[in-house]
Amino acid sequence: MESLTLSDVEQKYYSDLFVYCDTDNTKKVASNGRVLDLFRAAQLPSEVVLQITELCGATRLGHFGRSQFYIALKLIAIAQSGLPLRVESLNSVKDLPLPRFVVGKNEAEARHAALYQDTDSQGLYSSSGSGVIPRPPGRGHQNKKGPPSSSSVPVHEVIQPLAPTIEPQPDSTSPVVSPHQSPPTSPHSWRKHKRQPSGGNTDRQPVVSAAGAVWTQFRETQTGPVSGDGMWSSHSPPPTVQESWVSFTADTPPSSALPAMHPSSVQESTTIRTVASAAMTNEIQRQSSGYDDPWKITDEQRQYYINQFKTIQPDLNGFIPGSAAKEFFTKSKLPILELSHIWELSDFDKDGALTLDEFCAAFHLVVARKNGYDLPEKLPESLMPKLIDLDDSAEVPEPTTDVGYSGSPVEVTPNKSPSMPSLNQTWPEMNQSNEQWETFSERSSSSQTLTQFDSNIAPADPDTAIVHPVPIRMTPSKIHMQEMELKRTGSDHNHPTSPLLAKPPELPEEAKLTASMKFVAANTGGDGYSSSDSFTSDQEPITRQRSQSGTSPEALKVVAPPPPPPRPHPSHSRSSSLDMNRTFAAGSATGQQQPATVAYPPAVPPRPLPTQTSGSHAGHRGEAEGVSGGGAVLTTTSPQQIPQQPNFADFSQFQAFAASEQPSSLPEVDKHSETGQVDKSSEGAGPLRTVKSDSQAEDRASATVSTAKGSSGPLAPPPKPVRRRLKSEDELRPEDEQHGPQKSNLIAAVLATQPSIPRSIGKDKKAIQASIRRNKETNTVLARLNSELQQQLKDLLEERISLEVQLEQLRPFSHL
Amino acid sequence: MAVCIAVIAKENYPLYIRSVPTQNELKFHYTVHTSLDVVEEKISAVGKAMADQRELYLGLLYPTEDYKVYGYVTNSKVKFVIVVDSSNTSLRDNEIRSMFRKLHNSFTDVMCNPFYNPGDPIQSKAFDGIVSGMMVQPS
Repeated sequence: MESLTLSDVEQKYYSDLFVYCDTDNTKKVASNGRVLDLFRAAQLPSEVVLQITELCGATRLGHFGRSQFYIALKLIAIAQSGLPLRVESLNSVKDLPLPRFVVGKNEAEARHAALYQDTDSQGLYSSSGSGVIPRPPGRGHQNKKGPPSSSSVPVHEVIQPLAPTIEPQPDSTSPVVSPHQSPPTSPHSWRKHKRQPSGGNTDRQPVVSAAGAVWTQFRETQTGPVSGDGMWSSHSPPPTVQESWVSFTADTPPSSALPAMHPSSVQESTTIRTVASAAMTNEIQRQSSGYDDPWKITDEQRQYYINQFKTIQPDLNGFIPGSAAKEFFTKSKLPILELSHIWELSDFDKDGALTLDEFCAAFHLVVARKNGYDLPEKLPESLMPKLIDLDDSAEVPEPTTDVGYSGSPVEVTPNKSPSMPSLNQTWPEMNQSNEQWETFSERSSSSQTLTQFDSNIAPADPDTAIVHPVPIRMTPSKIHMQEMELKRTGSDHNHPTSPLLAKPPELPEEAKLTASMKFVAANTGGDGYSSSDSFTSDQEPITRQRSQSGTSPEALKVVAPPPPPPRPHPSHSRSSSLDMNRTFAAGSATGQQQPATVAYPPAVPPRPLPTQTSGSHAGHRGEAEGVSGGGAVLTTTSPQQIPQQPNFADFSQFQAFAASEQPSSLPEVDKHSETGQVDKSSEGAGPLRTVKSDSQAEDRASATVSTAKGSSGPLAPPPKPVRRRLKSEDELRPEDEQHGPQKSNLIAAVLATQPSIPRSIGKDKKAIQASIRRNKETNTVLARLNSELQQQLKDLLEERISLEVQLEQLRPFSHL
Repeated sequence: MAVCIAVIAKENYPLYIRSVPTQNELKFHYTVHTSLDVVEEKISAVGKAMADQRELYLGLLYPTEDYKVYGYVTNSKVKFVIVVDSSNTSLRDNEIRSMFRKLHNSFTDVMCNPFYNPGDPIQSKAFDGIVSGMMVQPS
């Protein structure tokens, strides 16, 4: 071989290259991949390469010895500089620039090794960020054009098509050459950083040497349109990346600067390098923030990923299904195994779909892998969903060209230096996704709108912590109405409807009133209505209400509106009569006979009438007072009845008369009869009062009737309604706590009035007798009422049991 | 701690089989292969109610003097077989069940990977990791 004289720089450079290629450390480089890569990286046409190898003697020797290697390199330099390849020119050419290789060389072999691990050098990934992937200098564009512009030799033109020729050379390890078969689908724009200007530029040297291990891949398919080319720069481990990457980026922007550097001679390469590196400090500082974590995604990268995501899934908060993602990432030409691994890493929630975060992580991993980085075993923290750190400090100045995945060279993503607002964009997106991740749980946990459970319902046993959740009924009166309905329907056959009809209005009114009070109390009250005495437990009423409500929703619906208004109508026979009596009474206090006859409901009037006629005057008054007592007074005569009704109206008169406890009861009666007449009413509920008054009035009326009859046989039937009246009253009273005492008060008042009657009236004997009789009859009536209530209680219990049995029967089926 | 873990596809070919390397792996392969007969027998036992009634965990398939073989079938007829050392008596049934559960979970993760074609050998590193965690550590 001809002797080869190399300059110092050349010597050093060549030795570096040799060492690089000498993977086996045998001091002789066989025609191994590295050498070929290197030669390919020189961007020389294959013929030239062959020629070079021939010239250097490798073909003779079969391998590249050091000298051959050096010769080859020099010949490459010669070829790259456009000089014809001549052996003679080895030494004759002065100032020969160092051979340029497209792939930037790492000064550290480790980097080389790392880079060469990238078996799949296909595809171009835009190193759009200042993070892991160094940003491709936008020079690529110019790089490509560099050669033609600077080259004056047809060799350079040859160089241009070199790329496609290189493509067919499969090199599994070379990140330098990436025969990128443009993926079918396009929108990817990969940034290609074409480091290597085939044009000889001394400035490249510093880039090459300073950049170190920035190997680039370029897409041969894109050789033509330079604009589409970027330089694919693989990154090396952070420390080196920093330097190399930084230097790289520094290269790119001042593409104009590079030509400026051009004149620098080879000998100055070192100085240039230092200058370049000095110039890159800014870059370093700018991107150093992200360099601690090699897996960080810069905002530019992120923006790019987001754009890619949008092409598949317009909704940034949506998912990319696995199949679509598979297609997408298959385009990267990574082996399926690696893609599978990437998927495993990035599909964080293992749902077979990629969210935006997961997609970015996967994309980032693919990019990294293409750059030669080994895939991590575990997903790096920075790539974890919701944890991706957006490096917004990095301002990548250059990449001017992006190369799409699909290979459409013209695609250029706007991942330019303007620091992407992607940070702001993606954060909210991520936050949104985070929120989405979390809102679900929040929503699911908030069950306030689902069902309202009555928190007032104290546990029936305070001991047990478990309380029946009883849904709050907005209209507890429903339950009462229901009960009343049941009662009514159940006992309609037993009792005439009229008194029953009278009851419902009272009940709902009371129920409404009680609704304002504690629900439990209302329940108990409501139940008290249906089964006054024997019900002691609170649960029963509740359950019964529930069962009742369950069984008769129609009743509920029917009774939903305030029942009192409609109900009283049918019963108005009595109350209306009373009202009429009232009016009549108001009209004439004495004209009682007529109202009596008119007022009383058909069932009652005839019988009591005859008996009533026998009523005494005193009894009448006593009756009146008794009636005022709340219907406990049963003894009435027709005149008493009549006056009773007008008593409603006339109690004020009686009130004037009677100066006893009547006031306590009279006011009530007055209220019953004439609303608002009586002022003193300890009870709060006016409507309740009216209800009660109605009931009481009716009860009184019936009571009077019944009492009048009670003295005689015919009293039997009337007592029924009377009993109902009384019962209703009794039941009504317990519902209202105030009523209880009221009742007692009333009764007491009634009883008190009776003795007071003689006092007040003076006809003691008759009054006493009448009162005694009344009391007796009251007792009987009450006793009958009690028995009837018991009976009703039994009926209801039976109903309840049957309902519960039904429920039990249904329940097992609900489990299935 | 299993000595050998195998995943067998529906067609009774192995998708994944891994043994403690120190021992004769072929022996384990044979064991797993023979256990398939027992598995088939067990899953065919439940006639009418197909997958509803059939328990996924099959339990001890058959013991030998050296080791015990446990089986587990998924609803898609993918079988998991775990071979444990008989000397390891501390392993309770619950532990075996939990091992199968973990296997099943990681198998579903592998299935979820769109890049995995059902029927391919399982090459997932995550799956390997899980399996390694369950295997007796080679001493």
